[in-house]
Amino acid sequence: MDAEAAKFIGAGLAMFALAGVGIGIGNIFSNLIASIGRNPAARGQVFGIGILGFALTEAVALFALLIAFLILFA
Amino acid sequence: MASDPLHQFQINPVVELPKIGGLDISLTNSAAFMIAATVLATGLLVMGMRGRALVPGRLQSVAELLYEFIAGMVRENAGAEARKYFPFVFSIFTFILFGNLLGMIPGAFTFTSHIIVTFALAAVVFLFVTILALVKHGLHFFSFFFPAGAPIALAPLIIPIEIISYLSRPVSLSIRLFANMMAGHTMLKVFAGFTVSMGAAMGAAGYAFGFVPVLLNVALVGFEILVAFMQAYVFTILTCIYIRDAIELH
Repeated sequence: MDAEAAKFIGAGLAMFALAGVGIGIGNIFSNLIASIGRNPAARGQVFGIGILGFALTEAVALFALLIAFLILFA
Repeated sequence: MASDPLHQFQINPVVELPKIGGLDISLTNSAAFMIAATVLATGLLVMGMRGRALVPGRLQSVAELLYEFIAGMVRENAGAEARKYFPFVFSIFTFILFGNLLGMIPGAFTFTSHIIVTFALAAVVFLFVTILALVKHGLHFFSFFFPAGAPIALAPLIIPIEIISYLSRPVSLSIRLFANMMAGHTMLKVFAGFTVSMGAAMGAAGYAFGFVPVLLNVALVGFEILVAFMQAYVFTILTCIYIRDAIELH
């Protein structure tokens, strides 16, 4: 197997991390919706933390993308 | 304009200046946009507050909204003692926000999409927080790496993990902002390129349906504007949380 093919396979394998990220983001927003549904007055408080949690989880997805780029181009 | 999606991140000199001691000090597109972000932010606040009306007009409302948003964030997340660091937090937020938003203008350069810029910002935050903690607590700062109440038998396991997670803060701060901006803009360029390649590859049908990637791009531009706000917000709120860690939890 030459290096080019191995790079493409490696970059594809790095995308498996996105499964965990998808579950994580779904978790955050499902809990956010459920908690707003239970207590609509808490929306202001939980919304900010929900967005923070979403951005932190998305950062993990971008770490995986970064590794894929490093494998492909460096 | 090159069709390569990564061409937009190239740094080009805007005003050529001579080399001093081997260093090229030309004004680059990145520096020009940083100056633009600073001028716009300063202009918004100075011009907005110039009237000082008790019932604010439109521009003053925007300036007051921005101030109150960050002031509330500092008050809640960094604590009452951190009020003196408000200018620092405010500057970080507006610099990153205006940088991200200026990059959304078609043909503009996003200076936060370069790791060296975001790493410089994250390093400033990290060094500021560490030096603050060391000045405030002295050598007691190192008790941060061993949370109170944990069984002492686990110390050889907990302390290295805590140290590594502390040292990874600037890394994650910088990579989060850089990767979001770079991935977003690359995605926009790739989808925009589909319209061109559809016309070239599929002939008449390609020209007829060339608007489909454009519609997708419209949705993506909206999403990228949201991401611009959110990334500035997340960087700033994490800065506030780190400041609170430095002041209190040691």
